[in-house]
Amino acid sequence: MRRTETKILKVIFEPIWKNNPVMIQILGICSSLAVTVQLQTAIVMAIALTLVVAFSNLAVSVMRNVIPRNIRIIAELCIVATLVIIADELLKAFMYDISKQLSVFVGLIITNCIVMGRAESFALANPPLLSFLDGIGNGVGYGSVLIAVAFIRELLGSGKLLGFDVIPRAFYLSGYENMGFMLLAPAAFIIIGLLVWLQRTLINK
Amino acid sequence: MDNIIGIFINSIFVGNILLAYFLGMCSFLSVSKNMETSIGLGLAVTFVLAVTTPVNWMVYHYLLAPGALSWAGLPDIDLSFLKLVTFIAVVAAIVQAVEMIIDRFSPFLYSSLGVFLPLIAVNCAILGAALFMVERDYNLIESIAYGTGSGLGWMLAIVSMAAIRKKLRYANVPEGLEGFGITMISTGLMAMAFMLFSGITM
Repeated sequence: MRRTETKILKVIFEPIWKNNPVMIQILGICSSLAVTVQLQTAIVMAIALTLVVAFSNLAVSVMRNVIPRNIRIIAELCIVATLVIIADELLKAFMYDISKQLSVFVGLIITNCIVMGRAESFALANPPLLSFLDGIGNGVGYGSVLIAVAFIRELLGSGKLLGFDVIPRAFYLSGYENMGFMLLAPAAFIIIGLLVWLQRTLINK
Repeated sequence: MDNIIGIFINSIFVGNILLAYFLGMCSFLSVSKNMETSIGLGLAVTFVLAVTTPVNWMVYHYLLAPGALSWAGLPDIDLSFLKLVTFIAVVAAIVQAVEMIIDRFSPFLYSSLGVFLPLIAVNCAILGAALFMVERDYNLIESIAYGTGSGLGWMLAIVSMAAIRKKLRYANVPEGLEGFGITMISTGLMAMAFMLFSGITM
């Protein structure tokens, strides 16, 4: 019993820090950076991706003995696409404004390497519960990078967090200015680069 | 006509699909280590984008869009929610077909592009271009210009990145930053350079 507990904990927490999908495995950066101008969109995207990875892992794992080896990629792709369509429709129904801002990037979860990568490398070889938790862990690992980048960009770029002003007026009066550069695309690349540097240095210590 | 040239130029430089919209990063990061493969993959992506974007336009406007099935006597049907899964299937099918055609007619081209074609089916840039084309409401000609331009822009970015990484090999990069970290930062600097083109309007 003890052994399985530690294994479960390892499956959940390892991808969050030590084996982070974005920072270490370099997966899934494609669709991640464009939604990081605001914290709110980043959080919604992180939740959507976590749910998609978790449930696609679950579905692939449940069917792992039924799916023929030759056509497994197509089968996985269908599962992922179905889940993404559900996520997209749910967002359109309940959070219309945010889904407009996320625009095509929800759809691009399909081609996000994390989803396919976890289905291929983990869910095909592990039982459903463990695969589900692995999906949650990877989704949270991915989401935490997304949220960290969005936090920096929104705070420095527009002086807000989640849409509320957080920089006191006194700062602006004494000459502080928002860094417009943070809102542009290049800033996201550079922040990711610096975060990777920080994380690798901390891990190697 | 001006409009089409504008879309073409814009999709190469200012609205570069990689540097402004972050699409196709995965293959960009893994392939840009080597100059020859970067050129090969760049050509393959350009070709596939130039073909799939207009085909997806036709699929969307004649089968999926709200009211698109009115030619079949079904004007009330809206299948646009199926666009994600249809586009990815169309892309995969076309990539497969292109691979077979190239293999049959040009062994030389096949030996240089062939290995990259299967990779492209899951490249986010291809699906992304198709989805942007729907969202921005391009017509058929505009979508051809947009697809070709995006491909060329992606190729420009990956080839210049390969050149930068060649030089980086001799640079003294701090520990922990080498590899992925410095690549992302140089991509950021390159993206900044591409944004300077935003003054160009047609």
